Amino acid sequence: MTDKLKNNPVGQENKTIIDIRGMHKWFGDFHVLSDINLEVQSGERIVICGPSGSGKSTLIRCINRLEEHQRGQIVVNGTELTNDIKNIEKVRAEVGMVFQHFNLFPHLTILDNLTLGPIWVRKTPKKEAEEAAMMYLEKVQIAEQAKKFPGQLSGGQQQRVAIARSLCMNPQVMLFDEPTSALDPEMIKEVLDVMIDLAEEGMTMLVVTHEMGFAEKVADRVMFMDYGEIVEQNSPDVFFANPQHERTKLFLSQIL
Amino acid sequence: MTQPTTARREQLKPPVSQIGVVGWLNANLFNSWYNTAFTIVIAAVLFWLIPPLFRWTFIDSLWFSSSEACRDIDGACWSFIPNNIRFIFFGFFPEGQAWRPALAMFLLLALVIYSKERTRWKKSLGWIWAASLIVMGTLMYGGIFGMPVVETSQWSGLPLTLMLSFFGMVAAYPLGVMLALGRRSKMPAIKTLCVVYIEMIRGVPLISLLFMSSIMFPLFLPEGVTIDKVLRAQIAIILFTAAYIAEVVRGGLQAMPRGQYEAADSLGLTYNQTMRLIILPQALKIVIPPTVGILLSAFKDTSLVVIIALYDVLKTTKVALSNPKWTGYSTEGYIFLALLYFIFCYAMSSYSRRLEKEFDTGH
Repeated sequence: MTDKLKNNPVGQENKTIIDIRGMHKWFGDFHVLSDINLEVQSGERIVICGPSGSGKSTLIRCINRLEEHQRGQIVVNGTELTNDIKNIEKVRAEVGMVFQHFNLFPHLTILDNLTLGPIWVRKTPKKEAEEAAMMYLEKVQIAEQAKKFPGQLSGGQQQRVAIARSLCMNPQVMLFDEPTSALDPEMIKEVLDVMIDLAEEGMTMLVVTHEMGFAEKVADRVMFMDYGEIVEQNSPDVFFANPQHERTKLFLSQIL
Repeated sequence: MTQPTTARREQLKPPVSQIGVVGWLNANLFNSWYNTAFTIVIAAVLFWLIPPLFRWTFIDSLWFSSSEACRDIDGACWSFIPNNIRFIFFGFFPEGQAWRPALAMFLLLALVIYSKERTRWKKSLGWIWAASLIVMGTLMYGGIFGMPVVETSQWSGLPLTLMLSFFGMVAAYPLGVMLALGRRSKMPAIKTLCVVYIEMIRGVPLISLLFMSSIMFPLFLPEGVTIDKVLRAQIAIILFTAAYIAEVVRGGLQAMPRGQYEAADSLGLTYNQTMRLIILPQALKIVIPPTVGILLSAFKDTSLVVIIALYDVLKTTKVALSNPKWTGYSTEGYIFLALLYFIFCYAMSSYSRRLEKEFDTGH
């Protein structure tokens, strides 16, 4: 099972899709990210963990420019993130993001939530966009809710819709910012199952999460961050069985 | 698992003293000694007030008589209204041409009513509106099809009130939304401009704006250039209302959670798309109640144009009342006018409540 998961799907060449070099970020005077270097290959699945305030969310939010970095370089899918709004929009269209609080558009039906991006950003014809949306809703097993509004769905359902919304854009990379942290325990599994399916299909994923079971099962690489630095990264078996740094050991002893 | 007990058990009715008419009376009118006292006092006042009022309004009143007949009665002289309705509604619009503003008003109201259904909000409706506005303008101004020209200085009464308020609202709303967006802009020049505009307009009364438009503004124009007085008043009303709408809309924008912007951004939507598709539909919905409040007061504030010698429906009523034949019937005149304003305002506010319900998606 794990071996199958860790193999890249056939036909996908190994290309660098995210390349972050010497990146720093400050919130005011607070040095939230320090000298981040990270290279992500297409099809790779990375789980980022660390204590709260360690900068892990900020890091993935920099990748689609929800946060601006002040020094260093971020190249996504061959496009460097600068102040050029056109480049930023281009990168965002290729990078899907799933938020802790789902952030569905409450005034639109589930179906309209899904087709909005394809129709307005990708200029897909409406009918085609709706067909694709229904396909993704089937995939996250929520197709029967297509005509409802987000407010009528449970948290787990909403998060699955949010994942489907990102998938509708056919993204090259998916970012997950603590996707299960706002969910009741019984709903966490249904969301994680969808994410595991995605991983099996070879989606490039960066996941900020505290679900270590998910990390062990799915990740190619587990990254530990603390005080705005990448302290340690390794394959999950090594990372969990044999952490190198004191800080990592301490963190793992606290959450496992 | 045990079943909820209520499903098995026989349902008992609540005590009689808590339901039905008796229950309602107990709960609302006689639930404490001071509420009981209030109820009795108010009932006494109503008992003392309503019969004579009813007599005055309906029994001793005259509805379609001459002014002389009215002198001999104790009740209301409603005859003032049918006898003066042409002047109250159409003011100085030339005799025999009153059908033109009547038709224009009818067209406007019919279109407004037709446009109430959201399912009809399509592109074609926009064209219908454009065409109808041209027809209305032609009806009012004339000059073709054998209709004599009627200058805007003769436009008065209800058409003037409706025109000033309708275009005031329709133009001020989008302008206010733009100002609100501008005030939240990251571009300092635009932001400053919007802040200065909003605060300046909100810092002066509408009357002073109307005065400026009618007295000061023409002084700045080159000789020979004149801008129509009604148009100037119209612009003053639009500018004034827009500033207030801007602040209400800004409140709605501020109530939007950051996650909505981030979700829109992360899909790659542009600023314009984000605003148009995500933020404004939600923000404007939140602020429907205060927006309608502003639109209602804009509607009523059109009566201030009287100070720059425009004859809105309030002023035409006043003029009709100053006719020696009809002096002394101002109560009847103003009651009629109040009813007229009330109908329009109530229609607007109940429509807004309906919209609120329709836009409610349960979040």
